[in-house]
Amino acid sequence: MNAPLLELRNIETFYGPIMAIRGVSLRVHQGEIVTVLGANGAGKTTLLKTATGALDSSKGQVLFDGNEIQNRDPDWIARQGIAHVPEGREVFPLLSVAENLAMGAYNRRDKQAIAADIETVYGYFPVLRELRNQMAGYLSGGQQQMLAIGRGYLAKPRLLLLDEPSLGLSPTLVEEIFDIITRLNREQGLTILLVEQNANAALRVSQRGYVMEVGGIVMDGASDMLLQSDDIKEFYLGKKEQGIRGRRRWKKRKTWR
Amino acid sequence: MLPVNDIIHLAVTGLAQGCAYGLIALGFVLIYKATEVVNFAHGEFMMLGAFAVLAYSEAMGGSFWPAFVLGCLSIGVVGYLLDAQIMRRIIGQSSASIFILTVAFGFIFRSAAGMIWGWKTLTLSTPFGGTVTIAEGLTISSGRIAIIVATIILCSVLYLFFSKTRYGIAMQAASQNQLAAYYMGIPVKRLVSVTWAIGATIAAAAGALLAPVTQVDTTIGFLGIKALAGAIVGGFGSIPGALLGCLLIGIIEPFADYYFPAIKGVSAYVVMLLVLFVRPEGLISQTFQKKV
Repeated sequence: MNAPLLELRNIETFYGPIMAIRGVSLRVHQGEIVTVLGANGAGKTTLLKTATGALDSSKGQVLFDGNEIQNRDPDWIARQGIAHVPEGREVFPLLSVAENLAMGAYNRRDKQAIAADIETVYGYFPVLRELRNQMAGYLSGGQQQMLAIGRGYLAKPRLLLLDEPSLGLSPTLVEEIFDIITRLNREQGLTILLVEQNANAALRVSQRGYVMEVGGIVMDGASDMLLQSDDIKEFYLGKKEQGIRGRRRWKKRKTWR
Repeated sequence: MLPVNDIIHLAVTGLAQGCAYGLIALGFVLIYKATEVVNFAHGEFMMLGAFAVLAYSEAMGGSFWPAFVLGCLSIGVVGYLLDAQIMRRIIGQSSASIFILTVAFGFIFRSAAGMIWGWKTLTLSTPFGGTVTIAEGLTISSGRIAIIVATIILCSVLYLFFSKTRYGIAMQAASQNQLAAYYMGIPVKRLVSVTWAIGATIAAAAGALLAPVTQVDTTIGFLGIKALAGAIVGGFGSIPGALLGCLLIGIIEPFADYYFPAIKGVSAYVVMLLVLFVRPEGLISQTFQKKV
C-alpha cells in the first residue's frame, strides 16, 4: 500500500496538566473516508486540533504526505492542503455566505477555478446560493454546517477534516450532510477524516474507523466490521443483546478500559 | 441664545474635534476587534505622528505633504513592530498584564519623544494655518476643515479596503473568528500586525492634522482618552458606532464648555457616563450570540 496521506504517530497532547491524548496513532490513505468515533470527552476534537496545529503535541509526529508538520502554525498547515471544518461550524458571523466561501479560497489565486468551485458548492447546497448575500450569523445550524463544509472544500484541500458535522442537526439534515460527504469523496476524490459521535451514520459512509476512549484508540478496523461489532452496537448504537450473556458482558465491561 | 454664526462656528469646531477623536478611536476599535487588546498607548501614536511629521518636515525644509506621508508611515511601522515583536508574545496572558503593558508603552513613548524632541511645545507649520471666510462674520480655520475632509477620505478608503479587498475581508474574518481564520490558511498573525500598523498610521495622521490646533508636545496623546470615551459611547465593537460616538462627543464639547464653563473639558466623560447608564452596550452595539 502507498504511504498514508496523513499519519499520526504516537501523539500525546496535554491541556495544562491533563493528558487529553495518550499516544494515538492513526493513518488516512488517499481517497479514503476514515471515521474516528468516541463519546464526549474522548479526545476526538483535541486530536484534530493537534493534527492541524491549533494545539501543540508534547510527543509524537504528525506526517502529511510524508513530511512532519507537528507543532507548526495552523495557517501554515492549512496551506499545505489540510482543511479543518471545526466542531460547531465556526463560520464568520458578520460576513456574507459568499464572503465566507471566498475566505475558504484565501490562498488560491486561480479566479476562474474558484468561481467554478463556488458553483460546485452551490450545486451541492442549493440553499447557500439563495442565501449568498445573507450574513452567515443569521443562518440556521444546518445551513451553517453546509457553509462550513463548503468553505473547507473551497480551499481545494487534499485532506478534509470534519469535526462532528452532525452535531445538533435533525435526522433528515444529518442524512443530507452525510450524503454530501459521500459525494464529495466519490465525485471530487476528496480524502476525508471524519470525527463523529453518530456511529451509525459515520460508519455507513466511511471505509475504516477508529474508536477513541479517554484519549486513546481502543479499536480500529473496516467500518462494516465495526458496525457488526458487539461493543459498537452496545455503546454507540444502543442495541443491547438479550439474555444472560449480554447482561454478563454489560457488567464485566462497561468501558474498554 | 447664541447668534447663528457662533452656533455654526462652535458646531464646525466640534465636528473637527470629533473627527480627530474618531480617527484615533478607529485605531482603538480596529486593534480591539482584532486582538481584544485595548491599546492605552494609542494616543501616543498620535503624539509620535505629530513629532515625526515635524521632524521630517524640518529635515526636508518645511515641505508638509511628503513629511506627512513619511511620518504617518513611520508610525505605522512602529505599530507593526510593536505588535510583531512584543504584543504578540503577551497575547493570552491576563488582561490586567496587557492593560499595564500598554499603559507602560504610553509612558515609554512620551519619555522617548521628550528625550528626542524635547519637552517644549513646538509648532508644526502646515498648509492649513489660515482661515476660510464662509460668510460675513463667519471664519473657520482651514485646519479644522482639513481634519473633516481627511476623516471623510480616510474612512472611505478604509471602508472600501475592509469591505471589498480580499485582504480587508480576511482581516474582518480573523477578528470574527480567529481559529476558523487560521484553519482557512489566513496568516492571522501578520494580519493582526497590519491592523496595528493601520491603527497607528491613522492616529499619526490625526496627530499631524491636529497640530495647528493643539500644537505639538509630549502630552497631546492624552486626547486618546477622550477618543476612547467616544468609542465607548458609540459601542466599542463597532467602527461606525465609535465614529458616531466621537462625533457626538466632539460636537457636544464646545457647546458644553460655552454654557457650563465651570466643568470645562469633562463633558466627554459626562456623556460617556450617561450613555453607559442608559445603554451600557453603547449606541450601536455589534455583538453576535454564538449558535450551538
